[in-house]
Amino acid sequence: MKINLKINGISKILEVEPGEFLLDVLRRNNYLSVRRGCDNSSCGVCTVLFDNKPVPSCSLLAVKANNHEITTVEGIQEEANKLAKCFGEYGADQCGFCNPSMALTVYALKQENKNATDEEIKEYLVGNLCRCTGYVSQHKAIKKYLGEKNESS
Amino acid sequence: MKVVNKKVGSVDGVGIMKGRKAFTDDYADKDSLIIKVKRSPHAFARIKNIDDSKAKALDGIEMVLTYKDFKRISFTRAGQGYPEPSPHDKFVLDKYVRYIGDEVCAVVGSTEEICLKALSLIEVDYEVLEPVLDFEKAIDNKTIIHDEPEAKEMFDIGFKPKKNIAASYHMHIGDVEKTLSECEYTIKETFYTQAQSHVMLEPHAVNTHIDYQERLVIYSSTQTPFHIRRIIAQALEIPMSKIRVIKPRVGGGFGGKQAIHGEMLAAYVTYKTGKPAKLVYTRKEVFESSYSRHPMKFEMALGADKFGKLKVIDCKVLSDTGAYGEHALTVFMVAGSKVLPLYNKVDSVRFSGDVVYTNHTPAGAFRGYGAIQGNFALESAVDILCHKMDMDPIKFRNLNMMKEGETSPIFAIMGEGTEGTPMNMDTCKLQECVEDGKALIDWDNKYPYKDMGDKIKTVGMAIAMQGSGIPLIDMGSATIKLNDDGFYNLMVGATEIGQGSDTVLSQIAAEELNTTIDKVIIYSSDTDLTPFDVGAYASSTTFVSGNAVYKAAKALKTEMLNEAARIFKVDIKQVEFDGEIFKVKNSDKKMTLRDFSNEITYSEEQKQLQVTSSYVGPKSPPPFMAGFIEIDIDKETAEIDIIDYVSVVDCGTTINPMLAKGQVDGAIVQGLGMAMFEDVKLAKNGKLISSDMLNYKIPTRLDINKLTTKFVDSYEKSGPFGAKSVGEIGIDTPPAALANAIENALGVRMTSLPITPEKILQKLKENEK
Ligand code: FES
Ligand code: FES
Repeated sequence: MKINLKINGISKILEVEPGEFLLDVLRRNNYLSVRRGCDNSSCGVCTVLFDNKPVPSCSLLAVKANNHEITTVEGIQEEANKLAKCFGEYGADQCGFCNPSMALTVYALKQENKNATDEEIKEYLVGNLCRCTGYVSQHKAIKKYLGEKNESS
Repeated sequence: MKVVNKKVGSVDGVGIMKGRKAFTDDYADKDSLIIKVKRSPHAFARIKNIDDSKAKALDGIEMVLTYKDFKRISFTRAGQGYPEPSPHDKFVLDKYVRYIGDEVCAVVGSTEEICLKALSLIEVDYEVLEPVLDFEKAIDNKTIIHDEPEAKEMFDIGFKPKKNIAASYHMHIGDVEKTLSECEYTIKETFYTQAQSHVMLEPHAVNTHIDYQERLVIYSSTQTPFHIRRIIAQALEIPMSKIRVIKPRVGGGFGGKQAIHGEMLAAYVTYKTGKPAKLVYTRKEVFESSYSRHPMKFEMALGADKFGKLKVIDCKVLSDTGAYGEHALTVFMVAGSKVLPLYNKVDSVRFSGDVVYTNHTPAGAFRGYGAIQGNFALESAVDILCHKMDMDPIKFRNLNMMKEGETSPIFAIMGEGTEGTPMNMDTCKLQECVEDGKALIDWDNKYPYKDMGDKIKTVGMAIAMQGSGIPLIDMGSATIKLNDDGFYNLMVGATEIGQGSDTVLSQIAAEELNTTIDKVIIYSSDTDLTPFDVGAYASSTTFVSGNAVYKAAKALKTEMLNEAARIFKVDIKQVEFDGEIFKVKNSDKKMTLRDFSNEITYSEEQKQLQVTSSYVGPKSPPPFMAGFIEIDIDKETAEIDIIDYVSVVDCGTTINPMLAKGQVDGAIVQGLGMAMFEDVKLAKNGKLISSDMLNYKIPTRLDINKLTTKFVDSYEKSGPFGAKSVGEIGIDTPPAALANAIENALGVRMTSLPITPEKILQKLKENEK
């Protein structure tokens, strides 16, 4: 069956199977920044923005995206660039398998609550696991990124 | 120094964050055949018959592979240098299945859906056998797990398959019993460490195709591309010259990707069919069917004289390697060789025991590699002894631990699977590590504990060491070439797996060539294009591969000076090079690097300047550290809040202080996970209960408050720009430091991992009785 959706601001008509998950549809259509880390929505690596809210695309049926907006990191390149710079400053990037999903989630947080406290940042990102960094450097980098936006806006 | 020991962002961080094609599965052909593996529901069984007729009849199924398709060539998946110190006890597919999750057969088809359907249509007739599920009952069990005649050791590792022993080892110095009998204070305790899963976020992935030269190309998320090439060539009898292994970006390894996993099946399918194929493990397969950390049992005895001098250490160890013997001997030995030298002034020391087969998910390499297990046992035992002697644990360590300039006879006796190499500790800043850590955690105000009403605040500590590569075995190499326009390519076999080696190695080259890191373009791990390297394991990359890069850069610089001297028509001694400009001493003759490179590329006596250098370490200088934990324990529930973890590390020069900190931070948190909750749980029949990330909890953002990581000044002469390695050491101390903190606060000794509130409450209750 066909679904209509907007991916990164561009309208698309995609052919999907009824039982297919959005993650697999996106990868099949070359949105390769969206990746799989688990079998049951517990790692956060597959995060996309669904009408600007972060959701795990591995457990979202593709048909549910019909007439909605999906954002992958390909759609927020400039913000990802900024966040990457902050990560670089704190040595917060390691394998990076979690990073594109981190960029999307942090970007969404910035839209919702740019003055998030330490605890709010942690709560918001708790579903985005990272096995490499131990989180502390990421946390500092994310705070820096959120702060930057504050200054410019 | 201009580039080394400086805050330099990683060379690939921006591209990865922006989601560029990077990881193995991003490179899979869109029309790849999908491979799915049917996995054993029995802990031990013989396959009597596989009826795959219905599966084969399905539209879209290309083939079903069973043991009948493969010649019986035994190998080890371990991913080590050749000949491996691990038994060859594995076949691509076998008629025996030895753990729940072991490979039964594989289906190959056009879509995942078809493959799953085919799997469900395959009927397997098993003769179910009695499994060995208690590693303490494995030796001489009536069940023999590896009875096949092809299973063999490559050299003497104490392999006794008829007794379910994959490897065994014994060493002693002095007379342990005698020394123990002479000691004023002695203690005895038994410790258990659990299996731990790596949970790297990228599951194991491989894809394969045949290129236009009719060669087999394998993209693999591996830590050891060169070993993968060799093992596949040997096991599938494909000429090695026909195989190219490319390692793209790897999404974390921690040792879990040192071994070969789906590569064998994918390579076979493509080699047979000529079609592209791929195999990506599900998370369940990663948990159940790759491997985890070796669980171990330690029976420890220590003795000290009346002044608190440690006189004797005795460890009897039993290790569970699961169904296959990957890294059986070497992990076992590291539990001694990279732990015992911490206390080098003892009169007697003994380390002995066996590594046994069971019908569990296999065990294999995992960051720490035995040292974390051994560290938990020894550093816990040391604190028990301190309590018995009523001696401050820091004072005890200052009195007894390894100091700079000293050595331990253990280095010469114990290597990894072989004899060791003697070495002196040219750098060992353990004293500074302990002192600084003590100040940073505010030990004097918090030790042994502080009553805070509902909670008790306490601190605990442990010291650790690791190695820097395997001396005389691990080889790394690097090629550097100068391009026109004056920039360099650096080609290394070293394997970037997220630890930052591409960045660190580029920094080393840039420093020696006096240039900036953007002028060094690195490419790592392609068996056709980059020179050999054993891969990313044993904390070897910065030290071993880094030394190779340093040597290559130095040699290239000499070649460049030679060429410049020729162009200037002067003696090489007259030429100076500052990274950008060649100058003749006491003259105004000069030339930019750019002009120089263009000239030798296009104008006169044109040539490609390129150098390859290799490095094998004559020794493996250990990094050292002291770890201090501060926790608050709830008096009623025994819930633990980690307030801070202080790590003070001596890893020589930090080539990249930020990335080095990242290595320590990340390892500390993995170590805390092992200390506090990570646990591979099994049902009675041997089935893994913790086979997903809901049942196997790794630390989240909410578990970690503060990490205080510091490096002491240290310069290791044998390392590149003074560096030692830093990839593993961070993981070693948390289990012992936590257990020690708990005893400081509550007076109970936790002897098995993970240390959960339930276990603490239970111990407290037992103590009341
Ligand atoms: S893949 Fe893990 S949450 Fe979606
Ligand atoms: S950087 Fe590897 S999982 Fe986060």
